[in-house]
Amino acid sequence: MQPEAQAPDAQARGALEVAVLVSIGRHPLTGRARRADQDARGVELAMSLDKSRITLVHAGVLDEESEGALRGYLGMGFQALTLVEQPPGADVIPALASALSEAKPQLVITGERAEQGEGSGLLPYLLAERLGWPMVSGLANVEKVENGVATLLQALPRGQRRRLQVRLPAIVTVDGAASAARQSAYGPARRGEMRLAEAPAVFDEASNDWTVQAARKRPKRLKIVKAASARDRFKAAAAKAEGGGGQVLSDVTPEQGAEAIYKLLKEEAVLR
Amino acid sequence: MTEILRRDPRKEWIARNRLHPEHERVLFELGQGTAVATEWMGPNGVIRKNPHGLGFIGPNGIKRIDRSGVQQAPTAGRGAGHSTTTADDRRHVEIEAPAFLVAVVPDMPGGRLSSHDRDLLGLARQLADADSERQGAVLAVVFGSHKEDGFGEAGVDRLLHLDEEVFDGYTPETRLAALSAIERELAPYYWLLPDSKLGGADLGRRLAARIQERPATGVWQIEMDDTCELGWRCTARGAAGTTDIQRALPRVALALSECAEPVSETRHAAQPMALSQALPSQLGRIEDLGQVAVDPAGVALAEAEFILSAGNGVKDWDGFHHAAKVLGATEGASRVAVDDGFMPRHRQVGATGTWVTARVYLAVGISGAIQHLQGIQSCEKVIAVNLDPGCDMIKRADLAVIGDSAKVLAALVDLVAQQREEKRDAA
Repeated sequence: MQPEAQAPDAQARGALEVAVLVSIGRHPLTGRARRADQDARGVELAMSLDKSRITLVHAGVLDEESEGALRGYLGMGFQALTLVEQPPGADVIPALASALSEAKPQLVITGERAEQGEGSGLLPYLLAERLGWPMVSGLANVEKVENGVATLLQALPRGQRRRLQVRLPAIVTVDGAASAARQSAYGPARRGEMRLAEAPAVFDEASNDWTVQAARKRPKRLKIVKAASARDRFKAAAAKAEGGGGQVLSDVTPEQGAEAIYKLLKEEAVLR
Repeated sequence: MTEILRRDPRKEWIARNRLHPEHERVLFELGQGTAVATEWMGPNGVIRKNPHGLGFIGPNGIKRIDRSGVQQAPTAGRGAGHSTTTADDRRHVEIEAPAFLVAVVPDMPGGRLSSHDRDLLGLARQLADADSERQGAVLAVVFGSHKEDGFGEAGVDRLLHLDEEVFDGYTPETRLAALSAIERELAPYYWLLPDSKLGGADLGRRLAARIQERPATGVWQIEMDDTCELGWRCTARGAAGTTDIQRALPRVALALSECAEPVSETRHAAQPMALSQALPSQLGRIEDLGQVAVDPAGVALAEAEFILSAGNGVKDWDGFHHAAKVLGATEGASRVAVDDGFMPRHRQVGATGTWVTARVYLAVGISGAIQHLQGIQSCEKVIAVNLDPGCDMIKRADLAVIGDSAKVLAALVDLVAQQREEKRDAA
């Protein structure tokens, strides 16, 4: 499937230039390289914008494993992907910043954090600081883009949404609440082209001093009982987990029951 | 009358001697009523105890000793220094001239310190109190209005409250400007923020990018290590939580919840502070248009706040759907209701369906199979409407109404509609 925006005649003036920064993900169980989930959602979000011209940008190494993962993005319906070649262990922010300031996209979409490496989620913030663009995190959707102003929907906890307006150019990150990425088709993924770009490499020196190991299970927090007397300590140790003391209303009319439920719902402030 | 406390050894002797004919009168004179002195300073400066004075005679005529101090009247000890106040024995700590500041920016969801914020303040205390020669102070930076009055108990020495309207809503740029002003003026030694979505995680990364410090994110443990630059080493989660990175603790750290024990043994001053200069007005490029009304039916069951769930006892399905609409609740169902085809499979609550995290769960006609009860484990308030008073759901529920579910729901819908009508009339 080829999005209309990719067709040459749609590349007229007025088309929204969107750059999606994609990274190489890591399958949580097998550990194999794959397209990163959040970045794929970002690509999906970009494809849902009408009249947009999307460039996929990746900065990193080109080898067999990463190429397979990157072709996963191409299989979503793209002809090319810009690959800024960087040696392993390089700090990709200068390279990406120069690539973006050259390409001058209106909107830059990324995932929240990488699935391998440090995965600190700092990249969009550092890019925004370097380019002087505003940055919005945790998007669920982009509602519209008009006159250089984008209206965004930010995902809040419990399925709530917040509407924001941001002046373009801007960098946004997508949340897990954004719509899931479409499947990657094998044929287009094979046919897609990797456009290589050169950029000077800046090495990340600080991370050489770190020790990285597989995540340990975090210790469960113990319930600390600070009791002055033995009796209190015994009571705390022997206490039942839950005392069940709920209120039971039997032999009431439906109206009385409804009244009690209404009171509780009001107290909990779930009624709007 | 002089200030010197005079002791009468004879009276003290009588007070100790329970068999003395004047024992009761002397006790009364000494201000101890009928209570018997159980502990006193002996003539040689040794504490003496009267084991017979303890306890009370129980209902069976047997002497009982209750050491919890619940039933026994607290016996007034003699001599100064014996305090009977056990209410608050936490040490009060006031730091006059701190060697450095540890700045904490709590999230304050709902205007109160969350447990994550308290853990973070505990971590800040570890950093501040590590060296008793060079004691630091914990500075809490709070944006907007709040309802919290326990900052001192949570371990805050200095409180910088920026209570201006510009900080309401989603205003990361204004907050960042305020934090960089604090960085310029107070230059805290450490910045600690909670690594919580849309709260500290966002603001902390912005701050780190602005002041050009490389932060540690997802920190869950710190320990002292003199080989590191700042004297601390931290363990942080990396690569989407699949690796642990051990590194020197930088100036800016974003910590996960349960990164440290919250403060419980000391009380702190929470002294208010202010910045010397007014904050520069900021031209915001991000504008908050407020929350969007979300269709409750579209909210995923796992993250819905208020769920109205139906089971086998529901016969009037139109009434149930109408009630969910009026109450603004997300619909759920038990397995039976789904199997019988009344509700779609993705609405099934329970171990075999969705584990829900609702704050309020209203179960209508659900008897409460164990799989269902497992699925609603993390719900805060459970309300049950059921005909059977002996079912398991009633035992779990915080409020249970025994009655016909259709009638109760109809009455509830009427009540809500009526209240809304009244509110509209009043407005």
